[in-house]
Amino acid sequence: MSGTGAPIPAAAPRRLAPGRLALGRLARNRGAIGALALLGLIALACLVGPFLTGHAPERSYPDLRQLPPGLAAQPGPERLRPALDRLAFRMRAEVAEAEREGATLRLVLRAERPVDPRSLVYLPRSDLFGEPRILAREEDGRRLVVEVPVRRLHFLLGTDVHGRDLLTRSLVAGRVSLLIGLTATLVALLVGVAYGAVSGFAGGATDAVMMRLVDILYALPFVFFVMVMVVFFGASLALILLAVGAVEWLDMARIVRAETLALRRRDFVRAAEALGLSAFAILRRHIVPNALGPIVVAATLLVPRVILLESFLSFLGLGVQEPATSWGVLVAEGSRAIESAPWMLAGPASFLVATLVALNLLGDGLADALDPRRDA
Amino acid sequence: MIGYALRRLAQAVPTLLVVVTLSFFLMRLAPGGPFDLERPLPPAALENLRRVYGLDQPLPVQYLGYLAALARGDLGPSFSFRDLTVADLIARGLPVSATLGSLALFLALALGIGLGSLAALSRGGVADRVVGLLAAASLSLPGFVVAPLLQILFGLTLRWLPLGGWDGGAPSHLVLPVITLALPQIGAIARLTRTSLAGTLALPHVRTQRAMGLGRARVLAHALRGALLPVVAILGPLAAALLTGSVVVETIFGLPGIGRYFVDGALNRDYTLVMGTVVLVAALVILFNLAADLVSALLDPRLRLGR
Repeated sequence: MSGTGAPIPAAAPRRLAPGRLALGRLARNRGAIGALALLGLIALACLVGPFLTGHAPERSYPDLRQLPPGLAAQPGPERLRPALDRLAFRMRAEVAEAEREGATLRLVLRAERPVDPRSLVYLPRSDLFGEPRILAREEDGRRLVVEVPVRRLHFLLGTDVHGRDLLTRSLVAGRVSLLIGLTATLVALLVGVAYGAVSGFAGGATDAVMMRLVDILYALPFVFFVMVMVVFFGASLALILLAVGAVEWLDMARIVRAETLALRRRDFVRAAEALGLSAFAILRRHIVPNALGPIVVAATLLVPRVILLESFLSFLGLGVQEPATSWGVLVAEGSRAIESAPWMLAGPASFLVATLVALNLLGDGLADALDPRRDA
Repeated sequence: MIGYALRRLAQAVPTLLVVVTLSFFLMRLAPGGPFDLERPLPPAALENLRRVYGLDQPLPVQYLGYLAALARGDLGPSFSFRDLTVADLIARGLPVSATLGSLALFLALALGIGLGSLAALSRGGVADRVVGLLAAASLSLPGFVVAPLLQILFGLTLRWLPLGGWDGGAPSHLVLPVITLALPQIGAIARLTRTSLAGTLALPHVRTQRAMGLGRARVLAHALRGALLPVVAILGPLAAALLTGSVVVETIFGLPGIGRYFVDGALNRDYTLVMGTVVLVAALVILFNLAADLVSALLDPRLRLGR
């Protein structure tokens, strides 16, 4: 008893130790950190990426349908000539010469009758060219020399059947998929934690009845219910969120109940009870915070399941509806065009799978880090 | 044991009742009906149709009528497949789905337990890491991504296997759907087996067996009996996952199974067909849960005495 103040500063860091230790273990898990970084990158790309790709998600380029992915600027030489021929046909003329110098195209149009200069408006109206400039009118206007800038468009992941940029669409779709994943997990989290904590804390007959209900719900083919609901009530985002959240809270409830049962017998909870704290206050202050580890792990592993369920529904045409899009919708479109344009599947599917893998790795890493049996 | 089984079977009845009630009222409360066509029918014809199918009666009467018919095993006529009853459609679809499901279940159990044991035996080693990685990948690959990839590889590029169709259940038509269906479950079972077996192998009685000079295979056999309990316990959710997966697999590969009928029925607002398939799926899931519990009780005497 030399100094009464001495043990307190020594005890304070020890109180934080389990959390610190877990964080330290997580930081040393290269897979989990990589997964976290990848997730951050994907989320950031989905948030700001669509503004940087230079295409609006709904903008379609009818002349550039089903382009394969690539770094080259479009329209490339092989797309330019057919597009020019089509435009010239509309102008009632023929392309006699077309020569590309960098970003501009020198075009010689020829026709039986004089070419109406006003018809040149077809050029900028298409997706591929800028404002044309007439260099020379020859042979009474039957020969027209035109200079027109060629646009340089980039489609890193190619375009879909409507000529829309797949990168932009994948990123915009990612917003929806991630939003659904997070929100539905939150719904499941709130319902599951509240249900499990109340059931475990109340114990006795209440617990038995509440858990029997969970058992019954477990035996239901829930995904089929979700599909029935979505089909019959129309697929709205709110309904999908609600339905997915309502399906996935069962695991969370079981985990939280088991934790609560164990915590309930601990001295500090009994002390809180003896002090006259209300049941709600004990749950809020003592039970739920101490069960946070398993809850966080379960929630992290729930997000990929929710995203998978949403994309499953969207794949069947029961989920997110046009004009909104999600990874499931894009994958469905891609798998329909698999023979003619396999990249339509590859792009969105890579985003989806990368996100799912990263979330699963992160969840496993968290579970390992929070496992008290593991050595530090 | 038999008493336990009967008691569990009796407990399934209220669960099924919940399924029937929920799906019945969910569907009927939704707007739209089975006879909403692109060109609306004349009111008189619509009235007639509704009377024939009993849709003009108040909902509670319809509900009780459906329950009474269900108790007799009558699932009613299909609304969208004219001249066919729901039972006819299920009789057509069930063999397809059952073939797919049982093959996928077998594949998932065999490969999952095998790979999981391999990983547990070489804990921390190369095999453990490879299996862990494969399991994580298989869990993150949705069936609707795997299926088209398999179609490209084996159907279009190598031309070894057909792209889809049933063709009377010819083996070549089964390979890709079964792999697609089993893949995520292989990963799930492998993980579960690895964790459980690694735990069991660290127990004192296994150490004793090793110390007494029992061969690796014998030790593994002993440990597996206890370690497979969690795998048996997920048999119910596994069946549910396979049934759910069959919806996608049957859609992609164009197979005439239960999942396909369910989606068609739901899209056509075919009340009785949707009810029939949902009730069937629920019954199957309940049955598998029951089977899982019974096998668990057989493997672990403590569970028998506990209840």
